Order: sequence, then structure tokens, then C-alpha cells
Amino acid sequence: MTSTLPPAPSAARRASARSRRAVEAGNRAPWPLAVPAVIAVAFLLLPLMGLLLRAPWGNLLNVLVQADAAQALRLSLECSILATLASVVLGVPLAWVLARTTFRGQNLLRALVTLPLVLPPVVGGVALLLVLGRRGILGQYLDQWFGITLPFTTAGVVVAETFVAIPFLIITVEGALRSADTGLEEAAATLGSRPFATFRRVTLPLITPSLVAGGVLCWARALGEFGATITFAGNLPGVTQTMPLAVYVALEHDPDAAIALSLVLLAVSVAVLALLRDRWLRSMATH
Amino acid sequence: MDGPTFRGDASEPRSPGPGQPAAGEVGPVSGGIEPGGRPPPAQLDARVAVQRGEFRLEADLHVGPGQVLVVLGPNGAGKSTLLRTLAGLLALTDGRIEAGTDVWDDPAGGIFVPAGERDCGLVFQDYRLFPHLSVRDNVAFPIRARGARRREARHDAQPWLDRLGLDELAGRKPAQLSGGQAQRVALARALASKPRLLLLDEPLAALDAKTRLEVRTDLRRHLTTFDGPSLVVTHDALEALVLADRVLVLEGGRVVQEGPPATVARRPATEYVARLVGLNLYTGSLGDRTTHRIDLDSGGTLYAAGHDPADGAVILPLAGARMLVAVTPTAISLFPQEPDHGSPRNSWSGEITGLELLTDRVRVAVEGYPSAMVDVTPAAVADLDLHPGQQVWLTAKATEVTAYPDPGGTPLVI
Repeated sequence: MTSTLPPAPSAARRASARSRRAVEAGNRAPWPLAVPAVIAVAFLLLPLMGLLLRAPWGNLLNVLVQADAAQALRLSLECSILATLASVVLGVPLAWVLARTTFRGQNLLRALVTLPLVLPPVVGGVALLLVLGRRGILGQYLDQWFGITLPFTTAGVVVAETFVAIPFLIITVEGALRSADTGLEEAAATLGSRPFATFRRVTLPLITPSLVAGGVLCWARALGEFGATITFAGNLPGVTQTMPLAVYVALEHDPDAAIALSLVLLAVSVAVLALLRDRWLRSMATH
Repeated sequence: MDGPTFRGDASEPRSPGPGQPAAGEVGPVSGGIEPGGRPPPAQLDARVAVQRGEFRLEADLHVGPGQVLVVLGPNGAGKSTLLRTLAGLLALTDGRIEAGTDVWDDPAGGIFVPAGERDCGLVFQDYRLFPHLSVRDNVAFPIRARGARRREARHDAQPWLDRLGLDELAGRKPAQLSGGQAQRVALARALASKPRLLLLDEPLAALDAKTRLEVRTDLRRHLTTFDGPSLVVTHDALEALVLADRVLVLEGGRVVQEGPPATVARRPATEYVARLVGLNLYTGSLGDRTTHRIDLDSGGTLYAAGHDPADGAVILPLAGARMLVAVTPTAISLFPQEPDHGSPRNSWSGEITGLELLTDRVRVAVEGYPSAMVDVTPAAVADLDLHPGQQVWLTAKATEVTAYPDPGGTPLVI
């Protein structure tokens, strides 16, 4: 072969067509990456498909009614919404403090408040019992002085869910506050706005998209909460038995009901994901 | 046509726009909610010293009510720092800021009034309009910040919307505004806070050239209707000349010159200002007091008029005194050969190092003793076949050469 000879026209055209296609399609995955990737997809999607395939589609409604799904679902929605509200009321101020002030030990504090993200929920439940239980460090005084008992009550469910879900809200809102334009707050100050009024009229509206995203994420986490709830609040139908607990219980004696209840939770999760796709995922990609 | 006469807009008497206050009235009619609530406009007196790492800013300012002081200087001169100290966004290291009888900042006396309590309107370079609020609510923001209810604040914002021609845009969000419109909203919002002092940071820098032209004229009009002291920061000489009652030139954190715009443009104190206003500027010393000969530091001599050609002021001190010499590029004539002895007292030779086409003329850079920028017509460039490397002769009448004392490090106050 001499290098002076041009390649045959047809071969050249084929080569250029292939390289163009490769450019358009991006990199072609080498098989050591492609095969595990495909397995991962199957691993994630097959169980969900199994759920859909084995669902008692014929008498779905019937099964749900018999399993007292409405009761569990209502309790789940109520508790998760209350937990989300509590997370917003407590989490947004904490996010502001973490984002806008500097003090010693701030990084440590940031790590600690996000610990429930990685902590096994059961551990969280045990910890809550030790502090807020009837003979807990704080719980005994709540009981003696105010007659308030949290474990094994609906309020206890809200406490357990808030404990597990609040870090999602804090880290989302803190990120938004960090990247928000402080120039606008400065402008508000020169216009005579006091710090809290500036927070309410300028900062909060600016971070609303992230607050919504963080709130939805927080709510989804609260809705699916199992470990901390069953440990701290127990499993009393109508009082503390939320959907995930109902699914777990139903699985032992009525698999059809467990599948039907799971389907309802799956539907809710898919709806949340669709809601989040625009806001959360996109803002994550740009950070 | 029976001989119509044209008059420029500038000579037309300005009719006050709707909502514009009549003479003697302070601010727009605000629905009678706040009758004479603010103290009368006051003088700004500031001695500013700020140390930030290696950089030190030192400037003395005095701006009277209704007066516009333009702070002109290159990037990094400390202009924005100066503005932030006056607005209360940055504390002084040393010095004192007073507005009328109020002390805003006095580190020695332990006084610092924060931004929100200074009654000081700041128009930011990037406007900083609140993106989630309509134009109306942006302008109403400072009124609301002072405790008014939403309806009341919107009502009180109306005169400012009218005054700056924003009524039709009142429902829009800032993202739907052009640069010029956003600038007007920012100004309306600052004015609606009823400031005692108005600060504008590079007000035209974010605009394109065409918009800048019309907004500049507009801005001048709005600044004249403001009855407190205004301070405009810019690095644009034209902006300074159009807007200013007085110009203060800041370089490297120091005031190098202060004076009326016309005088600053005619007698620049530094190379920076000379370049901005397009003048040849030389430093030298007065060689002979009777002939007004100045020996230039860069080599060569120039003969100057004994007085300022514009205002007749006698400005020649004793022989040996340090001098600045300014010559406009149009006042210098260029010849391909040595000219016959004519009337110009200054005549020297040099070599062309560059040609640059300005809009309607060509600026020729000539290296010699002294080097000079010379403006000629494009036709002359063709006729004389001017090109780099060519040897040419330059002449300038002494009456076109302005000489004035070099302050030599201290501010030139004229």
C-alpha cells in the first residue's frame, strides 16, 4: 500500500458516513460497559413490571377497599403533608442560616443535619424513642408536664417522617440560597427594606422553584417512610399504619392486597417524578 | 419655502411632562400621604478612606443640593468602592460621611448608619430589578418597605411611573423590558424611595450604543429634576461631560482632578483624562516666562498662549514651574515638507507611526519631539499620500496650545 493513493471513492464515502453517524450518535459504548448497563436497566425495571403483571387488575378496587387502603392512604397523605409543612417551617430558616451566615463548626453542623439522609431509618426510630419516648430524655417531661405522648400516636408518625425527610428540603433550599443573586437583596436594603422583609419579599420568591422541588422530594420521602415510623410510632391501623406499613402487613396474609397497595404508591411516585423532572433534575444538572 | 429657521431640540423650552413637579415643589404629588415627610435636600460632605488589602481609596467630596457630581475613572480606580461607602454597603476605614446635619459614617465616633436607613437611592449598573415583580411593584417596593400597604404603595408609585414614562409598561416583568426601559425602572424605583442623595453606578454601561444616546439625554433631564445631591460613577468621558455639573477624576484610589466638565476636558491633569477627551497632553517645565516657552519632559519645546484661550485666565506661574500642556489633534497642521516660515510659533518634524480612521477624519500618530496625534481629513491622507514611516512636519499656533500648572500628585482643582 502506498500512502499517495487516495482510497476508493465508495470506501471514502462509507467511512465518512460512518464517522458522521458516530458523531451524531455520540460515543458507542464498549461492551464491558454496555452489558452491565443493560443488566442494570433490567434489574431496575423488571420488578416494577412484575408488579404491573401480577396486579389483580380485575378486582383492583375491591381488593383496595377490603384492605382498608383508603384509611391507610388518607393517614399517609395527612402525615406526609404535615411532615412536609414542618420541614418547610423549620428547614427553610436553617437552610438560610447555613447558606448566609458563617460561624465556627458550620460545616460540621451541615454534615450532622443531613445525617438522616444516610442513617438507617430504624436507627432514627430508636433514637427518637430514646429522646421522645414516654421515658425518653425529653419525652418524660412532655408526658409529665404537658400530658403529650408522641410514640404510637399519629403525631409520632409525623415526627418520624419529618426526622427522615427534612434533610432533603434543607439541602435543596440551601443550594438555591447559595446560588441566588445576593445583589437583589443588597438592592432591597438600599431601598429601605429590613432584613426579614427582604427575605419575605425578595429572597423567598426567588428560591420558590427550589423550595417546591425540595418540598416535593421531602414529601415523597415522608410518604415512603417505613423504618423510623414502625419503630417509633408502631403499626396501629387507622392511627399509625401508613401505606408502606399496610403493604408490609398485607404481604403476609393477602399478597393481592399488598400488590394493589404497592401499585397506588408506585402511581404516586411516578407522578412525583414527572413533577420533579423539570425542576429538580434540571437544576441539579446546572449546579 | 419662505426661509424656515430650524432650531434644535436643545433650544426648545422643555415642557414639563405629566406628573412632573412644578417649580418649587418637592417630588411628585404622593396622594397627600406623606406631606413634607422628608427633611429638605441637603449637602453631601464626605471624606472617604477605605483600605482593602493593598488598595487604598481616599477621596473628598462635596456635592450641593441639585448638583450632579460625576466621578470619572478607569476600571479599578475605586469608583464603585466609593459609591458603596456612600450607600452604606461598605463601612469606611477612616473619614466621615455627612448628609446635611446627619452623620452616616464616622469610624472614629463609632457611627455607621446601614444602607436601609440612609435615604440614599442607588441605581446599580446592572439595575437589579426584582425579576418576580412587575414594573409597578418594583417601583412600589421602597414605598412598601417603609410600611405602606400594597394598594397604597401601588397608588403612590403612579406619579413616578408617569414621570419616567413607564405607565404603559407598568404590568410587565423586568425580563420583558429593553435595556433603556429597565434603566428607567431602576431610576424610578430609586427616586420612589424619596432619597436625599441619588447614586448612579455606570448608568449607561449596560446599554448598546444607540440606546445609550437617547437614555443619556433623558437621564440628564431626570437628574436636573432631582433636588438633592446626585453622584454618577462612569468611565465614559462623554457621559461625564453631558451629565456633570462637576467632574471628579479618580485614578488608583486618588482624586487627580476636580472641576467643571468643560475645564476638565480642556485642561486634563493626567494622561488618562487626556486620552478620554482626545487631547495631546505633555508634561514639562516653564522655560521662559515672557515667550511662554515650555520645555517638555519627552523632548522638544512648545510655545503656549499666556492665558487660557477659552476663558482668558492667566495661568502662567514662575519660570521653572512644572506645567501641563494640552493641544487638540485638530489644532495641529501636518505638512509633507518643512513649511515656509509662517505665523505658527511651533514647528517640528516627526515620523508617521500609524493612521486610524475615525468617523469623519483620520487620526495620524506622529513620533517626534514631541510625539503627537494629528487629525486630518481622509482627502488629505490621499492627497499627501500619508503612510507609516513617512517624515512629516507639524505646526501649531501658540494660541492653540494650552499650558497650566501641573499639580504634581495633588488633585488639580479648577
